[in-house]
Amino acid sequence: MNGVHDMGGMDGFGPVEAEPNEPPFHQLWEGRVMAMVRAMGANGGLNIDSQRFARESLPPEVYLASSYYKKWFLAVTNQLVSRNMVGTDEIDAGHSLRQSAPLQRGTFTLDDISRISKRGSFARDPQAPPFFKLGDKVRTRNINPLTHTRLPRYVRGHSGVIERINGCHVFPDSAAHDQGDNPQWVYTVVFDGRELWGEGADPTLKVSIEAFEPYLERP
Amino acid sequence: MSGHDHDHHHHHDHSELSETELRVRALETVLTEKGYVDPAALDAIVEFYETKIGPRAGARVVAKAWTDPAFKQALLDDASKAIGALGHVSRVGDHLIAVENTPQRHNMVVCTLCSCYPWEMLGLPPIWYKAAPYRSRAVKDPRGVLADFGVTLPKETEIRVWDSTAETRFLVLPMRPASTEGWSEERLAEIITRDSMIGTGLPKAAP
Repeated sequence: MNGVHDMGGMDGFGPVEAEPNEPPFHQLWEGRVMAMVRAMGANGGLNIDSQRFARESLPPEVYLASSYYKKWFLAVTNQLVSRNMVGTDEIDAGHSLRQSAPLQRGTFTLDDISRISKRGSFARDPQAPPFFKLGDKVRTRNINPLTHTRLPRYVRGHSGVIERINGCHVFPDSAAHDQGDNPQWVYTVVFDGRELWGEGADPTLKVSIEAFEPYLERP
Repeated sequence: MSGHDHDHHHHHDHSELSETELRVRALETVLTEKGYVDPAALDAIVEFYETKIGPRAGARVVAKAWTDPAFKQALLDDASKAIGALGHVSRVGDHLIAVENTPQRHNMVVCTLCSCYPWEMLGLPPIWYKAAPYRSRAVKDPRGVLADFGVTLPKETEIRVWDSTAETRFLVLPMRPASTEGWSEERLAEIITRDSMIGTGLPKAAP
């Protein structure tokens, strides 16, 4: 979706301001939100791509005005409610009022901690050999789906070069919508700064994205 | 954790935060009562992210690459494999790519779409990494972003920005300062900052 989350190249947000000695969490509840989201991913309730889509789907004014973990909280709540795993009346009441939904891997317990302490693999068996090879000139497709995609707007319709082939991975555009892994090849595609931003761009700039094969075509 | 401490906290929180905190607690109770999560496991997750991961893991990897040419080559060839072989460093997953800064090229990592970051190497990302100013500007005006961090690079240096739009993750291998000849890995690791491994900073100047 062409949401406000797709920020590459936007102007007007001001300078980058780093906080010295920043703690992992600024409030107790931030850590609880992070833990709940991670646990609900690990127990098979909500996959990572659907979590990202839920955050992107927050109203733009909410997305821009909310802190990071506030966005996580609002999005995970929306997701749990829309999947009938939790009711808004239950959150209002602060208690479960009806039966729970079945989970793929059951309750997330202490025995499951190892599943979040090592990063999962997104590699899957390919359905076909890679269509592009190193050094190929490619153009990103001009797609504008209303659904989840990882092709940012600022590169669409632009020409670049295949620099790396990074394996065949779960396709977020499918997985976010519970349409299975639909594995696709992932390429590093590098663009010249002037190709993206015009003649006024920094001539020393090169930008790459990690592009799934369906995002690319021959120029 | 006694309820007393929580109550104490509440008195000092302001309205919006208290409201959020109450809603978060309500959600946790609901998830627990439904049998989706065990709160003790949530405690362990929080503790894991607060204490078990952080940029020291990345710094150890970079320090080793600075002192061991064979490891450096292995890291650049396949970072996941090279770090996995170390055993003692954070379990990094399958999709890590190390990118090397040189006098000709400076690398910088961003996620314009969300907040993808090499957690296992650097810990949780800082707020600025997840916020609009960095995500919007890094791919268009990286030298302006570097200036916000007080970093100026030669005008002919190529700036390469890696937008983390898939599950591949990037670790910048900064240049070793010339004045650190003969230093041990442990001593080198002290000057390797988090930001130098994102590409928004340089290693601390050696004395």
